[in-house]
Amino acid sequence: MAKKEVDDRFKKFGTVSFTAITKTNDFINYLEEGKVMATRCKECGAVYFPPRSDCAKCLNSNMEWFEVTGTGTLLSFSELKYAPVGFEDDLPYTIALLDYGDYKVFGRISQEIPYEDLNVGMKLKTESNNLPNGQLNYVFKRP
Amino acid sequence: MGKVGIIGVGQSNFVRGYPGSIRELAFEGFREAMKDAKIEIKDINASIIASAPEYDKQRSPAGVIAEYLGLIPQPTFYIESVCSSSSMALRVAYSMIKSELHDIIAIVGFQKMSEISSSESQERMGRGADIQWEAPFGTMMPAYYAMYAQAHMAKYGTTGEDLAKIRVKAATYGQINEKAVYRKPVTMEMFTDPESNISATVAKPLRVGDCCANADGSSCIIVANEEKARALCDKPVWILGLGAASEAVNMAGRDLLTGLSVGIEAGKQAYEMAGVTPKDIDVAEVHDCFTIAEMMAYENLGFAKPGEGKDLIASKETYKEGSIPVNVDGGLLSKGHPIGATGGSQIRTITLQLRGEAGEMQVKDPEIGLVHNIGGVGLYGNVTILGR
Repeated sequence: MAKKEVDDRFKKFGTVSFTAITKTNDFINYLEEGKVMATRCKECGAVYFPPRSDCAKCLNSNMEWFEVTGTGTLLSFSELKYAPVGFEDDLPYTIALLDYGDYKVFGRISQEIPYEDLNVGMKLKTESNNLPNGQLNYVFKRP
Repeated sequence: MGKVGIIGVGQSNFVRGYPGSIRELAFEGFREAMKDAKIEIKDINASIIASAPEYDKQRSPAGVIAEYLGLIPQPTFYIESVCSSSSMALRVAYSMIKSELHDIIAIVGFQKMSEISSSESQERMGRGADIQWEAPFGTMMPAYYAMYAQAHMAKYGTTGEDLAKIRVKAATYGQINEKAVYRKPVTMEMFTDPESNISATVAKPLRVGDCCANADGSSCIIVANEEKARALCDKPVWILGLGAASEAVNMAGRDLLTGLSVGIEAGKQAYEMAGVTPKDIDVAEVHDCFTIAEMMAYENLGFAKPGEGKDLIASKETYKEGSIPVNVDGGLLSKGHPIGATGGSQIRTITLQLRGEAGEMQVKDPEIGLVHNIGGVGLYGNVTILGR
């Protein structure tokens, strides 16, 4: 008898993933297609990033995916000179938060943008990204 | 229904590499609190053990520690809200006494962080944030707080120099606190001296000098109902107000980046319950895991208006002689931050201050004190107001 297949696609997210199984696993397939996706509740219209499979506003689980497009406003950022275990090879890297109005996106700044060029309030876009170790994430780039 | 009083406080030295096991570490804070309370072990009806998991091999530490402290067969259990675990445990103890389920409860906070390396510790602490969506980007506590610092600087013009002043104050008192892990002076010059470790960047704009140190330590608070507190204790310190709040675990779920919403909300609740205002606070302990955290606490607790925390520290109003002394025991920055023990240590400091027993660190005749204890990156917040 064939073993039951485990859907652990999420283990591909980030330099080191700490989650393998989630109902939002399709996020990974979208990343592979070059898309960064958020979710919207089909019942009440609430939007979520990070994506959720259940709506905390109306308690439904009838969600649809939509793409994070356009630019967001840089709310804050920090360049790390020390890293947690497993992330040492990525140093230095910059984490950041973008405001898209209806939702915010937390991620990394693209290595293409020098730290000195970053300013709170600047516009950046979100793009899927392939990491050198074969993993996937997304980064913030100049529009 | 009567009040709830603190009748005994204790804390171990906060150290690097405690040469003993977690039960032995917990014993040190407990013994000091028991000597302070001058009661017998059988007088305690229940114990609450507070720490953050994942540092210990021991699963469910409450039973092991309760047995070592001689607190069986009384009920014992574990409370966790990361760095604010022992303040949360005090909140639970308060309700258990008010409900008349128990009349004397011991709250024992502990953490032996030296079981793992510093970078492993950063990884575990980082996992106190959102492990599914944020930790895969390589997050850690200093970097999250650095994002708050960056936003505060952008909005209010706060500088690294402003933050350094908070560390210099902490070190002023850390030098005279014999239980602190960091007892050396820190000067403004060290923050700009490339030869000094203090100036080394951890996560921009935060430097080593902006960050508290990991430490091993334990603390213990013994609380009693009003009748027992008056009968057993010459100088009971009363719990006047308690506030607690939670916030989105991920940064993407947060609206405020220049302050901690949990500090504001928990403070509001505690002030209201105690029937006091920020002006009534004579001495405070705030959660200065990073210099920016103390700066935000000034503003979130109403000691300064938003953006004016830098003026409060510049005018030295938070020094011992100032209008609102804050962290005059060295704070987490100098004492060290053994996660589960920290809240109990802050409560101990304010209790000693209100009893007039804080020695060299004593503030002049305080009547009302405040403890602000944050868990994670503003994930949990507890504010406790104490009075004589």
